[in-house]
Amino acid sequence: MRKHRRRVKPTIRLVAIAHARSGDKGDTANVGLIALKPEDYPLLVAQVTAARVARHFKGMIRGPVERFELPNLHALNFLLHGALDGGGTISLKTDAQGKVFSTALLRMEIAAPTRR
Amino acid sequence: MTPTPTQVVRIGAGQGFWGDWLEAPWRQVTGGEGKPIDYLMMDYLAEVTMSIMQKQKSRDPTLGYAKDFIPLMRRLLPVLAERRIKVTTNAGGVNPAACAEAVATTARGLGLGGKLRIGVVTGDDLLGRLDALLAAGHTLNNLDTGRPLADVRERVQSANAYLGAGPVVEALRRGADIVITGRVTDTGLTLGPMMHAFNWPADAWDLLAAGTVAGHTIECGAQCSGGNCLIDWDRVPDLANVGYPIVEAHPDGTFDITKHPGTGGRVSVPGVTEQLVYEMGDPRAYITPDCVADFTTIRLRQAGKDRVRFSGIRGRPATDKLKVSAAYFYGYKAVGTLVYAWPDAYRKARLADRVLRQRLKDLGLEFEAILTEFVGVDATHGPLALREMETADVPEVQLRVGVRARELAPVERFTREIAPLILNGPPSVTGFAGGRPKPEEIVAYWPALIDKTMVQPCVNIVAV
Repeated sequence: MRKHRRRVKPTIRLVAIAHARSGDKGDTANVGLIALKPEDYPLLVAQVTAARVARHFKGMIRGPVERFELPNLHALNFLLHGALDGGGTISLKTDAQGKVFSTALLRMEIAAPTRR
Repeated sequence: MTPTPTQVVRIGAGQGFWGDWLEAPWRQVTGGEGKPIDYLMMDYLAEVTMSIMQKQKSRDPTLGYAKDFIPLMRRLLPVLAERRIKVTTNAGGVNPAACAEAVATTARGLGLGGKLRIGVVTGDDLLGRLDALLAAGHTLNNLDTGRPLADVRERVQSANAYLGAGPVVEALRRGADIVITGRVTDTGLTLGPMMHAFNWPADAWDLLAAGTVAGHTIECGAQCSGGNCLIDWDRVPDLANVGYPIVEAHPDGTFDITKHPGTGGRVSVPGVTEQLVYEMGDPRAYITPDCVADFTTIRLRQAGKDRVRFSGIRGRPATDKLKVSAAYFYGYKAVGTLVYAWPDAYRKARLADRVLRQRLKDLGLEFEAILTEFVGVDATHGPLALREMETADVPEVQLRVGVRARELAPVERFTREIAPLILNGPPSVTGFAGGRPKPEEIVAYWPALIDKTMVQPCVNIVAV
């Protein structure tokens, strides 16, 4: 649950406005985050920053987070370094190949868009 | 301009990895309702697959390739010959010549003698040249850690350079019906037929990038046609009958991704987009031996039912390096599991974990890592899910503990500490029917780069 600060703006979970797929490259997981509607892409760009994603995955990844923009696909690509306990065959994790970091990112809450 | 049919080349994906659906290639070559595919592309090689094959080859010099490929070809060859469908595959693993020989024997047995040419692509295998390469100053530093390969040299089990589409094109040009390669990139197996069919020059960077994007899209099989698709996943039609993807390529570098009529699954812009971002690094620089593709230039459009049109793709010149994938012996691991039931399933599982860890500590066992997951609580989403689960009294939780060590002994001892918990640990425990966990050898992956000039692809044509 979110910490109770002042009640500011309502929040939504990314799962309401985006879909995603994730995979691995060694010890790095990648998460591609795709806006369900093109008009929500700027919202992702503005709110789902590398720093914000790093905070979201605090305790789950050991390295930094990189972000790349694909405006043509209304998508962001995140590299989560040190996410897979060594990755590949070394990893002891159930999700050694980072397959479900996608939906883990979709749990993230952002400020709800104000529209219509 | 809509291309005329003669300007279209159809490449179907038949396997996204070694172990993919055995029915997929059969359906690709027999389906299409009078509009058959021209090429069947099958990717078999994951990063550590080569080391498994290398081991098999060291025990028997006639092995070292994807064995499943042979019975598959026994089933497919008559149809391939009748419909004049060509095959590109990296099923050759570390022994493409032996794989080709086995296919040739199978073909002769089917009465196809004199009717088939097999192209064999080698030159990727660096294992025998490793010491010479290291001595010549090619240090093959690990791309992730920066360490030189000399650190693990005596434990290296396989080392292969990723070849591009070039030798696949050469094999097709010399009349090969079946192209069997070792470590050729997944994308090269799709790009090769396009370069061959359309006579694309090796420096037509935009066209090569387009073929590379096509290859990336279909290299994981049904993952772009409805499989493992998150968006509207519960409305993907007839997954039991899922159609594997087909590239319909045009000479100008535009292409469609589609699938055979009458099959299940779905080819849509959002579904294809999910596959485009899969295993993506920097989208502006998707580096292959053939070119550097820019994924931020891809334009997608739904061009019909189960048909997505790709256009606008730009590429840049290839680099002067090839990626090398080495595999080396790392150590051992084992994973033990037990299931705890309501009430307080999660608390019981946590207590069992503490008891187990205390015993491992008291035994003085040294591990590089011990990882505990509670399946049903935190195994997939870690602490993100835990916040919600801590208060929920779930019906069951699987305790899953993994250990890793450089030596076998502590891992072996760990495997004997799981079963005792059934009678001497917390209650309501079950799910141990599988018996004691087995220690597993870890063969780890070592990615590196090598100068392109050090690797000479080689193509042989075998007439059946």
